[in-house]
Amino acid sequence: MSITRSTEYATFTIERSYDAAPERVYAAWASRDTKRRWFGDPESTPEAYDLDFRVGGLEISRGGPPGGPIYTYVATYQDIVPNVRIAFSHTIDAGEDRISVCVSTVEFKANGAGTRMTFTEQGVFLDGLDTPAQRQHGTNELLDSLGAYLAK
Amino acid sequence: MLNYTPPLDLVFAALADPTRRAIVERLTEGPASVSQLAQPLTISLPAVLQHLRVLETSGLVHTEKTGRVRTCRVDEAVLHTAESWIVERRAIWERRFDRLGAVLAETTD
Repeated sequence: MSITRSTEYATFTIERSYDAAPERVYAAWASRDTKRRWFGDPESTPEAYDLDFRVGGLEISRGGPPGGPIYTYVATYQDIVPNVRIAFSHTIDAGEDRISVCVSTVEFKANGAGTRMTFTEQGVFLDGLDTPAQRQHGTNELLDSLGAYLAK
Repeated sequence: MLNYTPPLDLVFAALADPTRRAIVERLTEGPASVSQLAQPLTISLPAVLQHLRVLETSGLVHTEKTGRVRTCRVDEAVLHTAESWIVERRAIWERRFDRLGAVLAETTD
């Protein structure tokens, strides 16, 4: 199977508001047991999850859809300011192939009694447009999921 | 190096509307005239034209007038850009943050 080599650079930002104080939202990122409850895709079969939440510490999440490739996510925590900011770098592999290298930052700001959370991901996406998995991804299915998240 | 940010924003904005998604889905099956597009949508012709203008500005759809008939077709390359990895990455994080919201709501004291 030949792979078309490509690199695509991208940045995106997601903002969310939660009815919980910054301390609690931060704790959901910092605690291994809480984080594994929301981080992994419930439709994927988890194979491994671990989080060593400190600067220089690693997070590993491995799993994949039934019959699909195994995705391996490995993050290194680069900056931690409790209740304020977390910055981490991470790679994603599909099977044996590295498909992205990213830097992500999440910021927590008090918003009344709740929190405004801002997540920014900057990265390079490797060979992504031409993988068979991409090709198989139905256009209409994609339009639906796109619509679902844009409608929020 | 191509900068995808402005066109992607326009593409997302264009696809944020269910009627425009229906138009794009119809056009992925093949070119269609404006009246063919309007028929299953139960909206007026001027409304369809307004949606088409947004889709044209985003680059997702091209239209061409021959005589009295305006033919619309989807731009596969732009659609391909929109379906790139980045869109999926973003959607993955969006779903994660939905689950985070549910976890936070459960543990309210």
